[in-house]
Amino acid sequence: MLTSQLLYGIAGVGLLALGLRGALIHESLLRRLLALNLMGAGVFLMLIAVAYRGMGTPPDPVPHALVLTGIVVAVSATALALALGRRLRESGDHD
Amino acid sequence: MESYALLVLDALLVAVLLGLAWAILESRDPQRGVALFIAFGLVLAVVWARLAAPDVALAEAAIGAGLSGALLLAAVRDEPAARDAPSERPVGQRRPPLLVRVGTWAVGLLCAGLGITIAWAFATALADSDPTRLADIVLGRVAESGVSNPVTAVLLSFRAYDTFLELAVLLTALLGIVAIGPARAGYRAALPVLSGLVHWLTPVLILTGGYLLWVGAHAPGGAFQAGAMLAAAAVLLRLSGNRSAGLPSGLALRATSVAGAAMFLAVGLALMVAGRPFLGFPLQWAGTLILLIESAATLAIGATLALAFIGGRPDGWSRGGTAGETDRC
Repeated sequence: MLTSQLLYGIAGVGLLALGLRGALIHESLLRRLLALNLMGAGVFLMLIAVAYRGMGTPPDPVPHALVLTGIVVAVSATALALALGRRLRESGDHD
Repeated sequence: MESYALLVLDALLVAVLLGLAWAILESRDPQRGVALFIAFGLVLAVVWARLAAPDVALAEAAIGAGLSGALLLAAVRDEPAARDAPSERPVGQRRPPLLVRVGTWAVGLLCAGLGITIAWAFATALADSDPTRLADIVLGRVAESGVSNPVTAVLLSFRAYDTFLELAVLLTALLGIVAIGPARAGYRAALPVLSGLVHWLTPVLILTGGYLLWVGAHAPGGAFQAGAMLAAAAVLLRLSGNRSAGLPSGLALRATSVAGAAMFLAVGLALMVAGRPFLGFPLQWAGTLILLIESAATLAIGATLALAFIGGRPDGWSRGGTAGETDRC
């Protein structure tokens, strides 16, 4: 197990925890979406850290493909959430 | 064995990432938070490059930082002065009630506990695991996929079904966005400098997208990154006053949006009719079929992300399809 794998993996867990705290304690939709995106970034960091196998060896491509898919899905989910939030605001409800 | 310089670089990158994350969540002004989020995405792209993940770095810079940031900034613009950071107090009330403060601390401790548990589990699993996993099996069989970039091989050949369903997820999000309501307010026509810049950049972006699509077969790149370039061109056009963001209208727009998932389905069913399994490419045709699917996917991803930025049903969505429709929303 490489040191950089552990370091980046723990950083990913840290982002996950920070994002979760942010999603729970903030009230505005925008802030929560930022927090959720940070949680996603944390998970991606854990995946890519696990896929890394050192400078000389080619990395494991399967987690890379999963993260690539994840990035695109995260953006589309964010866009949908923002559209929903805008609609809620226009129709008078609050987030 | 990695050198000390790399270790210092890693420590610095991790510190910047965590610091930015904290700053994003604790910033008072939402616009500042989004700007920091864009910076976070770009630093994350550098981290991906450091961890030998160039495909992911391209996608993160274009989609995760760029497009996500544009979406969130547009949302901040919509929102009337939203100030909600926990440190903001209404006039005359110095601190939030005790319960809220205790609750915030409790949540913080819970998340810290969860983080420590997951970190410990991660470290244990990493120490015990076989470092090979699927990597050597996949890398050994890339030659059978029709492309030579391992990530493209996994995405479009070995796990093609997952990518097909991901395009369906994109389509679902798009349908949700379009069904919710009309597009957000546009931008006024750009002054000559921006307008001239956009005139130059749009063809360059389209060309770069085409290049990324082509090169994805043997180097970092592929449909997602190429689609992001097209979406970037659309966002630029929209920001400089072009209301339709360069997208087609009516049936052509709707067809482009479903093109990715539809092409996957069409190729898969055609292969089944030819006697092969669903999405089981024959070796001599694999490269061509993958390029065909990726081309359709590029257009679909570009259109979907552009419509996501537009934020709702654009003016031209229904034209050319049903006649005389009235939509109330």
